[in-house]
Order: sequence, then C-alpha cells, then structure tokens
Amino acid sequence: MKPFAYVRAGSVEEATDAFAARPGARYLGGGTNLVDLMKLGVETPAALIDITRLPLDAVEPLPDGSLRVGALVRNSDLAAHPAVRDRYPALSQALLAGASGQLRNAATTGGNLLQRTRCPYFQDISKPCNKREPGTGCGALRGVHRDHAVLGHSPHCVATHPSDLAVALAALDARVELYGPEGGRSLSAADFHRLPGTRPEQDTEIRPGELITGVLLPAATAGLPSVYRKARDRASYAFALASVAAVLHCSDGVVDRVGLAFGALAHRPWRARRAEEALLGVAPTAAAFEHAVDLELAAAEPLGENAYKVPLARRLALDVLGRLAPVSPI
Amino acid sequence: MDSHDTGAAPAPPHSETTLRVNGEPRTLDLDHRRVLLDLLREDLGLTGAKKGCDHGQCGACTVLVDGRRVNSCLLLAVTLDGAEVTTVEGLAGHGGDPHPLQRAFLERDAFQCGYCTPGQICSAVGMLAEAAAGHPSHVTDPAAPSGEPVELVRAEIRERLSGNLCRCGAYPRIADAVEDVI
Ligand SMILES: Cc1cc2nc3c(=O)[nH]c(=O)nc-3n(C[C@H](O)[C@H](O)[C@H](O)COP(=O)(O)OP(=O)(O)OC[C@H]3O[C@@H](n4cnc5c(N)ncnc54)[C@H](O)[C@@H]3O)c2cc1C
Ligand code: SF4
Ligand code: FES
Ligand code: FES
Repeated sequence: MKPFAYVRAGSVEEATDAFAARPGARYLGGGTNLVDLMKLGVETPAALIDITRLPLDAVEPLPDGSLRVGALVRNSDLAAHPAVRDRYPALSQALLAGASGQLRNAATTGGNLLQRTRCPYFQDISKPCNKREPGTGCGALRGVHRDHAVLGHSPHCVATHPSDLAVALAALDARVELYGPEGGRSLSAADFHRLPGTRPEQDTEIRPGELITGVLLPAATAGLPSVYRKARDRASYAFALASVAAVLHCSDGVVDRVGLAFGALAHRPWRARRAEEALLGVAPTAAAFEHAVDLELAAAEPLGENAYKVPLARRLALDVLGRLAPVSPI
Repeated sequence: MDSHDTGAAPAPPHSETTLRVNGEPRTLDLDHRRVLLDLLREDLGLTGAKKGCDHGQCGACTVLVDGRRVNSCLLLAVTLDGAEVTTVEGLAGHGGDPHPLQRAFLERDAFQCGYCTPGQICSAVGMLAEAAAGHPSHVTDPAAPSGEPVELVRAEIRERLSGNLCRCGAYPRIADAVEDVI
C-alpha cells in the first residue's frame, strides 16, 4: 500500500479544508470499501481525511415529519433505528440484506452510497477498465459479465452499482445532502448516481471535495407500506443479482403513490418511472402490475450472460408489488 | 546519471495512537497503513484473530471494538485512538475461566481445523449483544416490535453469523454451541 498522510477531522469545515489542502486526498468513513481498494492498489490516496469523528452520527426526526440521517450513522444502527423500521421499512430491509453483521457495524451511510462497483475487472489493476483508468477499455463488455448491467449501460462501461441502501433511498424519494467548497446543496437520491455514458469514472454527481453530510427521508413516504427484496447467489453475505425496492399507496381502489426502484441492473439504482406512470390512478391488480413492469423492462439490453436478470427482476417486482397491494391482486 | 541513496529511507507517515487491547492501555507509533489485524498479530503477538481473506469476505479476523464486532483486516489502526479492542484472548474471565461461548464451542466440538473459531466466537459475542439490544436481522419478521430483544431461533443465529465462513463446514455445531448459551 502506498504511504499516506492521515488527518482526523473534528468538524465538517475542518474536513473539507483538509481535503482541499491535500491533492489526492480521500475521505475515510468505515473504510470497508476504501481500505479494501487500497490493498488492491485500485485506490492510492496521498492522504486520508478521517471523518468518523464528525458530529454527523444521529438519526433525527424533523418537525415537518421527515427524518434526517447523518452521513456517519453506521448501517447496523440505521437498520435497527425504530423510526426507520416503523416508517421506512424498505430502508431497514435493504440494509439488513447487505454485507454481514461485522461490515454493517463499520459501514457508514455516506460510504455505502459512494462504494465502488464490484466489477472484477475494476478491482484487478492488471485488467483494462475505463472506470478505473479511463481510455483503457472495458474488460467486462466482452469478458465475464454475468453480474453486470442490463439497463442504461454504454460501450464504455457495463458495471452495476452494488449498494442495497441506495436502491431503497431512490424508491423512497430520499435526498442526499452535500457540503463542499461551494457550500451546501442536496440532490434527489434517484439522481445522485449516474449512468456511465462516456465518463464511467464518475459514479455519482458529487463534486471534488464534497462531503455527504446526510440523507433526508421525506415526510411524504413516511409510514407508507414499503418492501425491499433481493436475489443473490447464496442466502446471505452476497451482493445482489437483482433487487427491488417499492413503496405503494392506494386510495379509493386506485394507486395514488408509487415508488419502484431496481438494484443491480444498472450503473445506478434504476427508478422505474415508466412503470410508476402506468400504475398511477389505476387499480392495483396483478394485470396492471405485469403491464407496468413489462413496460419498464422492455428497455433492457442484456449482454448475453446476464439475460437471466430480466425475468428475475420482473418476478421480484411482481412479488413485491403484490405484497404491497391493499387487497390481494386479482 | 545513477544516484545512490546512502541515507536512511525516510520513515513512512506515522502517528502516535493510544488504544486499550484486552483492558491494557497501549501507546504505539503506527505506520498509517497498519490495519488492526496486523497490529494485533505482528506487533502485539495476539495471534487469535486470523487472516483468512484480508478483504472483509470471511470473518476470520473478527474482533470487538468498543463492544461491536468488526473485521479487523479492514480497520486502519490509526483511526482507533481511544478505542477499546477485545480479541478472543481477552474474552476469558478473571482467573482464566473460559467465556461461556468458548466452553460451549469445546463441549459441542464446534470446529475441525479451528482456523475460523476465534472469529466465530468474537462474532457470536457481538451478535448476542446486538440481538439483546433489539437489532433486527434479514430474517426477523418486519412486523416484530422495534427496539425489543430478538429471540434467537436457529434461523436468526445462522443469518447473524453469516459473516463468518468456515471452510470445514462446522456450521451445525457452531449453531448448536451458540444455542447452548442463549
Ligand atoms: C465482503 C463484502 C460484502 C459486501 N456486501 C454488500 C452487500 O451485499 N450490499 C451492499 O450494499 N454493500 C455490501 N458491501 C459494501 C459495504 O456496504 C460498503 O463497503 C460500505 O457500505 C462502505 O461504507 P464505508 O463507510 O465503509 O465507506 P468507506 O470505505 O469509508 O468509503 C467508501 C468511499 O466513500 C467515500 N466517502 C465515505 N464517506 C463519505 C462522505 N460522508 N462524504 C464523501 N465521501 C465519503 C470514501 O472516500 C470512499 O471513496 C460489502 C462489502 C464487503 C467487503
Ligand atoms: S464494466 Fe465498467 S468497471 Fe467493469 S471493466 Fe468495464 S469499465 Fe471497468
Ligand atoms: S481476514 Fe478479515 S474478513 Fe477475512
Ligand atoms: S473449523 Fe476449519 S474453518 Fe471453521
């Protein structure tokens, strides 16, 4: 591992100043992804700015009914928090479906969103990879890509984003709060991660030196029925092959609010806007769900080895929507 | 032109860090690259925690930091200033009585080669505390009341210990041993 300077930040400003003062710096959260990638030589930071002591470790209910989650709240604590379990069940379920008890105890909310892809070519510095080293080509495109994207990929990169948490946040209309040299701003969680296009090295819309300070869960989806379901190669401690987060609310026999997002199908959590549009205002029947999900997945372009993901995602989505429908769908 | 470096190589960036390991305060001058697992095994001679994968994928390196189970292979030691670290060597009570889980592992013969065992035991200690504090797992009924202790049925034990792989496949007896101490 390349030697690096270490700075322990005591405040958000201290952290962003320290980052600006040190070219090649990286923020350090739980380190479960960054330290792993440093051991692999994929990340070679000149300095680590340790942000784990920042006062961003609380889950606070706000007066308007929303819930603010500090960026340093650990994944295990967030999943166990009563306000999360009771009001945003899909979020708790998504976290608990990821990694292991040990990893969730270390992993932070911000670090989870910014974890890098698990594409094996990205993690192997002897292989071509446009995300790790722009211009070197994509090893996975014509290589092993069973775990890779079926939606929104480009010839430059076919990687998926591995976070379960991010998928639930996208479906729940959460916002990601940022602070950087240009001040504070927030982005919708569904738009925080990018599609690869011609710049796969850029996973998200975050700007250099910006810090994730927290995540805001809106009042609008608080208390609505929501579910996360994930399919993986083994029953536990494995990344998703496909996953679905959904929130659904009906009144007068028709859908009046729906959020549907797929995980492990694309370079970002895939918010199923077409399916949602098709469902709004219609009765929550099995036929309506099938129509909507098929409409969304019609855009899929499997690579060959990963064609199984499309029917898998379809069945997951139909199961989850069926479970959320107020009466069993006919 | 060749240049020969005759002086000593500059020391890599390092910082003084104080932590407690199994109750004993330790002040160490740490290379920033030192992970907790290597610190324990190589600097302190505590070889209970094992290096399996070195990448968070097996759990053999599990120890408790401030009472929480973590993978020591992915934890930079310099970040732990002020922390309390407990390894499998520190679980025994005063007078050297084995921890109830250690005794249960012996009685149930819950290992073959034993390589994963210290990680399994530390993980189980952390897991029992999590369940008592009301932490749910992937197999907990989402409708279960939040904040209340979770009953550790077999499926809960298996799921909660899934971060500890055993290449010998001693899982049934490991789960038996954990059931014995509940
Ligand atoms: C074996 C294994 C299995 C796993 N399985 C799953 C799984 O099934 N599902 C899943 O979702 N995840 C899984 N993970 C990934 C795990 O969830 C992530 O490693 C973790 O969430 C990252 O959080 P961290 O705090 O440790 O991030 P770090 O490693 O500290 O940081 C990750 C990145 O984010 C940056 N960063 C961190 N915090 C901030 C911040 N606040 N602002 C700006 N930048 C920041 C860092 O600079 C770094 O680039 C697994 C990991 C391992 C090792
Ligand atoms: S899919 Fe993306 S991350 Fe994987 S090799 Fe291709 S460019 Fe790299
Ligand atoms: S050695 Fe740490 S998880 Fe395998
Ligand atoms: S007893 Fe051999 S690895 Fe578990």
